[in-house]
Amino acid sequence: MTDITSLTLTELVKNIKDKNLSSTEITKAFVERSEKSKELNTYITEDFTSAINKAKKFDEKPNFDLKLPGIPIAVKDLFCTIGVKTTAGSKILNNFIPTYESTVTQNIWNQGAILLGKLNCDEFAMGSSNETSFFGNVQNPIDKNLVPGGSSGGSSSSLTANLTPVTIGTDTGGSIRQPASFTGTVGLKPTYGSCSRYGIVAFASSLDQAGPMSKNVKDCSLLLEVISSYDPKDSTSIEFKRNKYSEELTNNIKGKKIGIPKEYRVEGMSNEIEELWKKGIEYIKECGAEVIDISLPHTNYALPAYYIVAPAEASSNLARYDGVKYGFRTKGENLIDMYEKTRSDGFGNEVKRRIMIGTYVLSSGYYDAYYLKAQKVRRLIKKDFDQAYSKVDAILTPSTPSSAFKIGEKTNDPISMYLNDIFTVPVNLAGLPGISIPAGVDKKGYPLGLQIIGKAFDEQTILNIAYSMEEKINFKNKITDWWIK
Amino acid sequence: MTKDNHEFLIIREGKSYEVVIGLEVHAQVTSNSKLFSCSSTKFGAEPNTQVSLVDAAFPGMLPVINEFCIKQAIKTGIGLRAKINNKSVFDRKNYFYADLPQGYQISQYKYPIVGEGKVILDMPYGQKEIGIERLHLEQDAGKSIHDIDPENTMVDLNRSGVALMEIVSKPDLSSPDEVNIYIKKLRSIMRYLGTCDGNMQEGSLRADVNVSVKKKGEDKLGTRCEIKNVNSIKFMQMAIIYEANRQVDLLEEGKNIDQETRLFDTKKNETRSMRTKEDAHDYRYFPDPDLLPLEVSDDFIDSIKSDIPELPDEKKKRFIEKFKLTPYEATILVSDIETSKYFEEVIKDSDVKLSTNWITGELFALLNDRNLEISNSPISAKNLSKLINLIKNGTISGKIAKTVFELMIDEDKDPELIVNEKGLKQQSDPKELEKLIDKIIENNKEKVKEYISGKDKLFGFFVGQAMKVSGGKANPQLVNEILKKKLK
Repeated sequence: MTDITSLTLTELVKNIKDKNLSSTEITKAFVERSEKSKELNTYITEDFTSAINKAKKFDEKPNFDLKLPGIPIAVKDLFCTIGVKTTAGSKILNNFIPTYESTVTQNIWNQGAILLGKLNCDEFAMGSSNETSFFGNVQNPIDKNLVPGGSSGGSSSSLTANLTPVTIGTDTGGSIRQPASFTGTVGLKPTYGSCSRYGIVAFASSLDQAGPMSKNVKDCSLLLEVISSYDPKDSTSIEFKRNKYSEELTNNIKGKKIGIPKEYRVEGMSNEIEELWKKGIEYIKECGAEVIDISLPHTNYALPAYYIVAPAEASSNLARYDGVKYGFRTKGENLIDMYEKTRSDGFGNEVKRRIMIGTYVLSSGYYDAYYLKAQKVRRLIKKDFDQAYSKVDAILTPSTPSSAFKIGEKTNDPISMYLNDIFTVPVNLAGLPGISIPAGVDKKGYPLGLQIIGKAFDEQTILNIAYSMEEKINFKNKITDWWIK
Repeated sequence: MTKDNHEFLIIREGKSYEVVIGLEVHAQVTSNSKLFSCSSTKFGAEPNTQVSLVDAAFPGMLPVINEFCIKQAIKTGIGLRAKINNKSVFDRKNYFYADLPQGYQISQYKYPIVGEGKVILDMPYGQKEIGIERLHLEQDAGKSIHDIDPENTMVDLNRSGVALMEIVSKPDLSSPDEVNIYIKKLRSIMRYLGTCDGNMQEGSLRADVNVSVKKKGEDKLGTRCEIKNVNSIKFMQMAIIYEANRQVDLLEEGKNIDQETRLFDTKKNETRSMRTKEDAHDYRYFPDPDLLPLEVSDDFIDSIKSDIPELPDEKKKRFIEKFKLTPYEATILVSDIETSKYFEEVIKDSDVKLSTNWITGELFALLNDRNLEISNSPISAKNLSKLINLIKNGTISGKIAKTVFELMIDEDKDPELIVNEKGLKQQSDPKELEKLIDKIIENNKEKVKEYISGKDKLFGFFVGQAMKVSGGKANPQLVNEILKKKLK
């Protein structure tokens, strides 16, 4: 039998149900491989002992009716987990142990999954390379000193390195899809309102969504099925009929109309990306879908609008980290001094940068020129998509303008870092679902992804398209285990 | 009264200044749980025992609107005869303070739930209409306690997240008296509706007071100062008087008034600058992305409307029309819903005029004396009604009734029982009274002579004697009649 950790979620579930493997065997396998993979720095908090105990408990009284029976899963450290430290990648929450569980992780445990540990991420999910984490860089298993993308970098790296069978991330401007693209994995950002935000450390409330990350589309659909739920504890959660995504998954997309937006041919985009996109279009046609040229005229304004809205919300969301109630505190002469010292010491540079931008754009005298205008742009972008969806069922674009870059390559150039999100950000602004699937490699052999954007609440269609393309593309990650000595 | 008589003017060397006042009243919504969480709102609990993860702003916690608080705000809006907005938006008001766990207060900024309305004040010089600018919902902050520990400030978050209604008046108030009546009227309306208990000692009602002055007759408003968080009517009035005088003095000295936020020092009876316009907070308001815009349908509003009780203004009108009360009497009796309930209970089977006098006279004096609310009145409406009937049907005199009233207080005793037990029944038998009066005439022959010879004033003496001899029980009317007959 092949190595347990290289199996997909679907295969693991089948093996458990068929009693070929126990939860303990599986959990131990992932724990052992994780122990050998410290150099990747994917974990902020390991919960291995507890995971093995839970696995043993599961095996004593297994429930095979569950969707994730005894499956160990590591999650991004942005999800609050009861009794397990939750840091959001920040020094300011370095000592924070929640007394509550996020709805999304609770949904996973309810289906029999077991927490392996908490995965590294950019501080408060602000970053595209996992380099803003207080807990250090994460290595991309694809190559040494390569970033795994971000902000869900610990998640994408763990997944590619077979340290967890699937994982969940959060996506505010591309934080699931971009790292998936950088690591040759599948990542889906659901429609805004599909997955509860309750218990997820907030970055930008109107954009944040949790979503599944996996090795293939089938696993992705199963995990989405588990985490997507209406939650009255989140006022922005939406009640709609959720599909049984994994059961309804089909590779038959004959007659589906796929839009190709001309505005996504951005200046400076590499030929490799252009070629990948063309190849994707061919695959789609081979699958029997129809390709239609469309226009999303306001695409150019998405990135600037995003970098106003997201920091604005973040500047307010992060005000609660003040050293008063929980988390890190630096003593001060008085209240204001304590605030200043705590927040100066507790937050990293990127977070501070965004708090300052956000504070600025909300300030009186600037609000109309920045925040209000950005909200108008947001509505126009949403309208672009609405109009496109009167003609097509889904839209195909590249996931990122480039493949993964080297650690340190862009840390001193925030603008170039922000440009990473150029294809993913419009999807968040419009609240739509988007999936990134691996579609090829560049000349360095680094993975490249394609993004399929769907209509609101129509995750099933993009999963189906991704599923049928996946078959044609037949992508295989080449992992050398270079980090294991 | 002429207009001049009621004007509140500040006079300096022959120049008269008018005072312009607007109030921002913060009224705590009567609700078992907080505006965005399930925590209890009960007053007086141990510090930090009524705090949820949402109230303490733990990471990942989200606000969920309490529908009951929305209904309460709409109800209040209807009571203020105001426009209810179908769509309103919750915004974040961002500032740092130790007792503000989120680092922002969720409030309503551009789109409040209630728009323009009005409140009618009954002033001695007639009715005055005060415009309401808006009513919006917001969260209360926690409480910083500075006097427990010598070095540290303690924070109690029990109040954090409690629903408040901020009721903003137009600058239509022009004297401390009007402020007094306005606050009382607001409180009365909200108590009728059950939307705010109006308890100022517990902080359920507080106000920010905006004061400016202008030369009499001028249209242009002066620069205003805002006096923050004043928690009693008396302090509001003191603060206004101090502040208006301060501003007039500045103008008289040829100085400018700075627009600023001030606080009222109740011990020194003065207002002091807290912060000037230059260092005013920039609250960076923006719509709270955790909450969708609040939409209420006309049906929803109508269903609340159908639930609105008779309010003070309507009740007053009814009392005047149906019971022939004077406007003054009606105003007093409707000002508090419990009083009006008590009144209506008493008059169910008693004389209205007598009831009105007894409630506004003896009963109010008693309550005042013992510092009691009418809902805790030692004398029940039922027994007061009986007492009034005893007077009305001549069983006891008004004077005896006062004695009976005193005796009723301790155990809310039935007045009929008291009258029987103590033998206080009025002597109304003419034959008995005649005997009694004959005796008095017999014993006071000299006085009778004097009276007959023209000393009319002595009549009172005979009446007094009759009352004295009868122990106050003689029916005064009959005594009069008999005396007149006998002393001819």
